[in-house]
Amino acid sequence: MADQAKFSELAMEYMPSLYTAALRMTRNPADAEDLVQETYLKAYRAFNGFTEGTNLKAWLYRILTNTYINAYRAKKRRPEESDIDDLENFYLYRRLGGLEGASAGRSAEDEVLDHFTETEVKEAIEALPEQFRMAVLLGDVEGFSYKEIAEILDVPIGTVMSRLHRGRRALQKRLYEFGRQRGLVSEREGTHG
Amino acid sequence: MDEHCIEAVELLYHYLDGELTDERRSLIQHHLDDCPPCFEAYDFEAELRIIVRQKCRDRVPEALVLRVAAALRQVETASE
Repeated sequence: MADQAKFSELAMEYMPSLYTAALRMTRNPADAEDLVQETYLKAYRAFNGFTEGTNLKAWLYRILTNTYINAYRAKKRRPEESDIDDLENFYLYRRLGGLEGASAGRSAEDEVLDHFTETEVKEAIEALPEQFRMAVLLGDVEGFSYKEIAEILDVPIGTVMSRLHRGRRALQKRLYEFGRQRGLVSEREGTHG
Repeated sequence: MDEHCIEAVELLYHYLDGELTDERRSLIQHHLDDCPPCFEAYDFEAELRIIVRQKCRDRVPEALVLRVAAALRQVETASE
């Protein structure tokens, strides 16, 4: 059982990553701030039930996602898993000409990555359907393991893998579209399929 | 692309996520050592992961930090 007085001391350091996740979920700074504040208040009240020595960050994320699901998307219909294209692995890399052609050293494909802006990366994540967006945020932005994501979202590990892997490929498709719009990727390379 | 390449493509995310058994992990590792195209492709995905992580950060507004700290103090005081 954790001591409630220690809560602020332990939990405040996670605010930057919780705020980033809240922004990607709500896509709105005012809602993100409210969501973070509500998360901290709920976590404080529930802190007696937190087992010291276990993963505090994952525990806070679980409260964040539950709060978001209950409060912020109550009115929206639940998106279906099929709301996303099923794409192949290496979606972006293939379209940049990789895998088929030989290359050596730091390749042209890798250099394209440097040109994506923060805004493009954030928009690409925010464009993902919600279930996929959460999985990608937890897995790729925050680096949680499959097991931790399964606990945070309260879904089986197989579901985590499916959402995370499909979400990543969809993210790559979006980035590829940004790349084409900005001329980072030539049209020729866009004809693979 | 041989059968090992096909397996490497399939197991890409499990490998990068550190979610393979030691045995499978070392099989993929050996293949990547021997197969430059697969190595490059994996390297691209690893770089993309870093880019996503780096470019998806937001500064917490100072006002929010203060607001949350004040709200917590308030419930602490109320519960004393």
